[in-house]
Amino acid sequence: MTNVLLSAKNLSHHYGSQVGCIDINFDIYPGEVLGVVGESGSGKTTLLKNISGLLQPSSGSVKFDTRVDGLKDIYLLSEPERRLLMRTDWGIVFQNARDGLRMNVSAGANVGERLMAIGARNYGDIRNEATDWLQNVEIGLERIDHYPETFSGGMLQRLQIARNLVTKPRLVFMDEPTSGLDVSVQARLLDLIRGLVSQLGIACIIVSHDLGVMRLLSNRLIVMHQGRVVEQGLTDQVLDDPQHPYTQLLVSSILPV
Amino acid sequence: MTAISGEQKKSSRLKEKTLDGYNFAYLDDQTKRMIRRATLKAVAIPGYQVPFGSREMPLPFGWGTGGIQVTASIIGIDDTLKVIDQGADDTTNAVNIRRFFAKTAGVETTENTSDASIIQTRHRIPEAKLKSDQIIVYQVPIPEPLRWIEPREEETRKMHALTEYGVMHVGLYENIAHFGKVTTSYNYPVQVNDHYVMSPSPIPKFDNPKMDEMPALQLFGAGREKRIYAVPPYTKVKSLDFEDHPFEIESWSECCALCGSSSSFLDEVITDDKGSRMFVCSDSNFCANRRAKGHKGPGLPRKFEIKDIE
Repeated sequence: MTNVLLSAKNLSHHYGSQVGCIDINFDIYPGEVLGVVGESGSGKTTLLKNISGLLQPSSGSVKFDTRVDGLKDIYLLSEPERRLLMRTDWGIVFQNARDGLRMNVSAGANVGERLMAIGARNYGDIRNEATDWLQNVEIGLERIDHYPETFSGGMLQRLQIARNLVTKPRLVFMDEPTSGLDVSVQARLLDLIRGLVSQLGIACIIVSHDLGVMRLLSNRLIVMHQGRVVEQGLTDQVLDDPQHPYTQLLVSSILPV
Repeated sequence: MTAISGEQKKSSRLKEKTLDGYNFAYLDDQTKRMIRRATLKAVAIPGYQVPFGSREMPLPFGWGTGGIQVTASIIGIDDTLKVIDQGADDTTNAVNIRRFFAKTAGVETTENTSDASIIQTRHRIPEAKLKSDQIIVYQVPIPEPLRWIEPREEETRKMHALTEYGVMHVGLYENIAHFGKVTTSYNYPVQVNDHYVMSPSPIPKFDNPKMDEMPALQLFGAGREKRIYAVPPYTKVKSLDFEDHPFEIESWSECCALCGSSSSFLDEVITDDKGSRMFVCSDSNFCANRRAKGHKGPGLPRKFEIKDIE
């Protein structure tokens, strides 16, 4: 039995009188891919922000298995500790790649920045690492010194993934990583994410409204509706035998291809 | 008795030399007090940018208002002031700021670096070594070295507080990736006393090593951005670099055409429209002193030849 990597207990968030998410409980283990599905406004992104240290929840706790001290509440860590965690053990892939990248520096520098942020001071090493990672995400090496604004949407998303994985994080948060991309690009990206995640043994929390994406990527699924978790379980189990009426509706609304 | 007569002499000198109706060194005493407080804090925390209430000065922002306010707050009647602009004593900015303090504070002014007790500078550190009884005041346009990569002030302050300076190397990385070497040649970021990363103001990186362990007090004033920062005497100042691309200063294949110096910072001067040019010391006082001692350079520029640009 391995240790819990991240654990959310009784997590709730309110925006004034508006509900973000209510009473969320789940654990995630190393190497596991957890999917969060639900319609727009069901609290998926609020939950992701809560557990990734971007937004302090109104109540409840988020604990992470830190390398030194074991399981600790991330909102009780000091700010330098939390920021260090975000730079090293965590990665955050945003829906809009422009939010997660520096658009005014080259692709290589985008990948290298996280290395420099944790103290890498050898240009050759940083360059090699950036080269490796661009190859891993199938970006041509002739693009290493080009600016992200000259990249296509799919390439931007892959660059963002490379930038996050370069420090070998243990947990990556992804917010709708494939929306806004066309279907063939989506397929390649999914393939890439699946390959990298299983190869590196990274735990992953993916938020999406796309059940196809979930079936492909995630081991376990959480279904959210109006801020609450209405169903959770193994992905195939939830999708093949949905119990909650909302999940049944969700599964039945997939367009047959 | 002698002390009192000295005081009397000073006050009479003040009367006859300064403008009527203005406070000593232009600024009112409350303002000077506020600036001195900020300056003391800056000296106590080397490299940390202290906010201060910058005043309107009788010249536009960007012309040295920060430096002038710092100088006005620390100058006394016994001080001797030198002002340089790009190393030269005789450029518009330098001449006018020098005259400003001669009129409003009645202080002695000089062009000789070793005679000055306060040196206000724009974009250079004098070639002559500064001493522990001197103060150098820099005019600073943009005090925040992280600004180009992080536009949010809230975030840059946090980064300073937590010594999160990884992004500073992103700029150097970009230089090497695009040009094969670090091409940043002025305003080259430095880390002071192993903590704060500081913008040294737009001095050429040639001058960066002079800041390290300098015996003189270094004060930096940014008027428009309302920041004062400082490097106390004998403080470690390290220019940022990579292990495999260590910090380097500029070098020239020529020597100064006037004084023959090959160890000073040289300006390239175009002398006609056929491409002839000469290199001369940017520090006019250093060059003049050398010439007075009999040093001579190669003189007038030679004819431009194609092989010069190859």
